[in-house]
Amino acid sequence: MTQVETVATLADAARQVVGGQISGDAVYLGGGTVLMRDVNAGEGPARLVRTMDPALREVRISGDRIRLGAGVTMAQVLAEADLAFLHPVARQIGGPQVRAMGTVGGNIFAPHPYGDFAVALLALGAQVTLAGGSSGPGRALDDILRDRERSPTLISAIELSRPQAGAFGFLKVSRVKPKGVSVMSIAVHTPQSAGRIQGARVAWGAMGPAPTRSVAVERALEGGTLDTAAIERAAQVATEGLNPPTDAIATSWYRKEVAGVHLKRLLTSMGGR
Amino acid sequence: MAKKPVSFTHNGVETAAFADPGQNLLEFLRRGVGDLTPKYGCGQGTCGACTVTVDGEPHLSCLTLAESVEGRSVGTVAGLANGATLDPLQEAFMDHFAAQCGYCTPGMLVAARVLLDANPNPSLDEVIEAISGNLCRCTGYEPIIEAIMAVANGSYGSAGRAAL
Repeated sequence: MTQVETVATLADAARQVVGGQISGDAVYLGGGTVLMRDVNAGEGPARLVRTMDPALREVRISGDRIRLGAGVTMAQVLAEADLAFLHPVARQIGGPQVRAMGTVGGNIFAPHPYGDFAVALLALGAQVTLAGGSSGPGRALDDILRDRERSPTLISAIELSRPQAGAFGFLKVSRVKPKGVSVMSIAVHTPQSAGRIQGARVAWGAMGPAPTRSVAVERALEGGTLDTAAIERAAQVATEGLNPPTDAIATSWYRKEVAGVHLKRLLTSMGGR
Repeated sequence: MAKKPVSFTHNGVETAAFADPGQNLLEFLRRGVGDLTPKYGCGQGTCGACTVTVDGEPHLSCLTLAESVEGRSVGTVAGLANGATLDPLQEAFMDHFAAQCGYCTPGMLVAARVLLDANPNPSLDEVIEAISGNLCRCTGYEPIIEAIMAVANGSYGSAGRAAL
């Protein structure tokens, strides 16, 4: 049977962390949408550690800088008018019940094929603040996602900058609408300078064990505009470096076959804005 | 292992009961509190049959830790009716044959009530979205959607009422 320990702050929980797990036999409980499944099945960890630390639920917006506490839910994101650019992403996470429970921080660690919000954060170049860490610059989300099973500690917040108007696009491909698990999700961020794309970031979800960037697509878009030729070049290299898994939703082959088509559709819709 | 006392508001009534370690809210409500209206469907957060409200938001009680509702307000479909007076949604579900086996109905009603409390005049798409976390394997959803729309359109008087 799983024991539950409630501590005052996330820092208190983080002090017990050893290699992403707490004292080896316990796991941090966020929104519960993933972990409680295991608990219900009798396969949960020996201990759950949780906190009601209100700082985790804070949304801070200062100009174009945004700070989301790791415990901010998808429903909270949808309730913030200033986060409208993230609404198409949050709205694609589960149904209303999951959105009221699932957290931004938890989404970063949600196993395949979940984690669509993290895909958007990755494309937006988000940084994470680690619990108990200094107030200095955060750590790139890329680093956490690269080896998230070995995250050194808990995440307290996610920081990102608001994208230029029309520079961010997101597409989730699923078989069941409006609520379905991802065949794949794609997030594209194409900031422009002097009419040219500078610093393109493209991220895929459900196309690997964790959300991952597509360097080949980013290279195809960099320095240009979202015209037909650039979109075609990007679509041709869509799956370069990707090794999508086969699961109950889709085979690896299918994911590779349709990835370019969906990328093309997303880029075309962004180019037409 | 030691049980934990949990004090919370259950359908508007101050309530306290003991929760087992790691127990989910669904089991706690059914076994500890005696409210059998939330149903166990999948235990994985997929079917929505266990939907309740926690502080007015729809939650999957099977994925909610029981002790996490300490000091909070929990609403179930048992709190919808006022004595013998049914909630307009309950009336509409009966009139529109929106329940066949009835297993999904408590979760559907709670999800629909949350929608109408926040948005008394939803569009068809908003109704579909609101029940997108609830599976029904009998009706094909159309009678459920029609029932909710009928309440929203005023066929059952004002859709507004005290929130769960």
